[in-house]
Amino acid sequence: MRDAVADLVRDGDTVAIEGFTHLISFAAGHEIIRQRKRDLTLARLTPDLIYDQMVAGGVARKLIFSWLGNPGVGGLNAIRRRIEDANPGPLEVEEYSHFGMVGRYTAGAANLPFYPLRSYFETDLPKANPLIREIESPYGDGKVYAVPPLRPDVTVVHAQRADAAGNTQVWGLLGCQKEAAFAAERVIVVVEELVDEAIIRADPNRTIIPGLIVDAVVVEPWGAHPSYVQGAYDRDNRFYLDWDPISRDETAVQAWLGEWVYGLDGRAAYLDKLGSERVASLRPSGSAPSGSVDYGQYR
Amino acid sequence: MTEPQTRFSRSEMMIVAAARELAGQHVCFVGVGLPNIAVNLAKRTVAPDLELVYEAGVFGAEPARLPLSIGDPTIVTGAIAVTSMFELFSFYLQGGLIDVGFLGAAQIDRFGNINTTVIGDDYAHPKTRLPGSGGACEIAINARQVFVIMRQSKRSFVERIDFRTSPGNLGGAEAAARIRREQGWLGSGPSVVVTDLGIYHFDETGEMRLDSLHPGATLKAVRETIGWEPRLAENVATTPEPTPEELRLMRVELDPGGSYTK
Repeated sequence: MRDAVADLVRDGDTVAIEGFTHLISFAAGHEIIRQRKRDLTLARLTPDLIYDQMVAGGVARKLIFSWLGNPGVGGLNAIRRRIEDANPGPLEVEEYSHFGMVGRYTAGAANLPFYPLRSYFETDLPKANPLIREIESPYGDGKVYAVPPLRPDVTVVHAQRADAAGNTQVWGLLGCQKEAAFAAERVIVVVEELVDEAIIRADPNRTIIPGLIVDAVVVEPWGAHPSYVQGAYDRDNRFYLDWDPISRDETAVQAWLGEWVYGLDGRAAYLDKLGSERVASLRPSGSAPSGSVDYGQYR
Repeated sequence: MTEPQTRFSRSEMMIVAAARELAGQHVCFVGVGLPNIAVNLAKRTVAPDLELVYEAGVFGAEPARLPLSIGDPTIVTGAIAVTSMFELFSFYLQGGLIDVGFLGAAQIDRFGNINTTVIGDDYAHPKTRLPGSGGACEIAINARQVFVIMRQSKRSFVERIDFRTSPGNLGGAEAAARIRREQGWLGSGPSVVVTDLGIYHFDETGEMRLDSLHPGATLKAVRETIGWEPRLAENVATTPEPTPEELRLMRVELDPGGSYTK
């Protein structure tokens, strides 16, 4: 992870660590904080705790998002301090709806000048963000809204598995990782497990990102904690609850970053510190395997 | 089995009333927060065949526990389909397959327009920064109808919302219907607002009308927690109390920690 972030994330970059509740690469976010990257534009539908921590860590100049909260708990307080009180400095924001953000990645991935959608009518969102623009259908059937393409310099995707070439497979919530990866200049894939190419080829329907667009593969089991990985571990909801009081106090946030990010050299140390009991408690309560399908041989 | 429960909280009454409104509905897009528990209660009571749609990209969820968030792994296991968010928003929502979008709100006005973005007049320097739209803006436009669940207070039921995140009946039913038709919106807008005091539907002018008061709630309490003079049905009904089974489901199965129901 250290090398991937050092080589591929540069000061001033637009960075998207995607994953909707599921598969959020906290390991990459922490490494970016640890390497003291600066002036990043952070893009994500739901900034979640990882961007609250990264903003508190001073890596970000700007935030592009569509839902700013601690899911199921409350607000993102480090980010709110920057927006409401410019404390410890202002944070530029560019705000959309979920569909708008998904459309932006889609246009970025498909090399389109904009993405049209039936949203934003009669709302204040286009006033708050002039990049959301009303356009006339060229076929004379009314107005829609357009959002511009989003092309991150770097997209980070956490996944269940990939092979060494970066052919990446995901199950569970898919979010918009595929769109964000295809839209990006550089792609870092972080996986729970590195597998043989034969495993990938045995189930090609499950591949969301081909190695063709991947610049680095990092093997980092539990790298999505405290978010979750379908089938491997549950969300550590206790941490999401604990973050609320921590994040309300800037001193407590900096102390937390010192203890859990700057004070550790990577994910293995983080897991040791978390403890085997906590880790074990996050395993799914049972197994729910998919039925298998037969792709057939055609020689 | 637990003993019959008779006493209940205002939040429990609100969630039960909201769940009952889903009787007869088929496909429901589940919003963040209170809608999540109301919809999951409906699925176990009045609407067992309800197809739950989550913006995270799930159609036909069968959550085995109350999802802690709308991206919980329990909405995936056993679902009919997991889709990309692009597919969910494009084909399912914008494609017109959603009967009810169930939303929460920070501020609402008499016409059901919703603010979840900022409190304060200046967007760039808000008094309080709220989460923002998420999927709510496009849900309000494209779901066939919109249900809202939220607690009532002078701060939340306001004459003028600070920011319009999700459109309701705009400035009144007539103009809203014309704009919705002209601009090709699929939705007809808000139809129900359930609070901790009562149940509102929308009258022919597009304004909220109190149709039912929850047991123990008074018109005085309603007027004290609403920023305009509320319209009342000719005969305001009393919402039937939660049944022991509804209370058991909430307290034992769905929310034993009481995070929604206290």
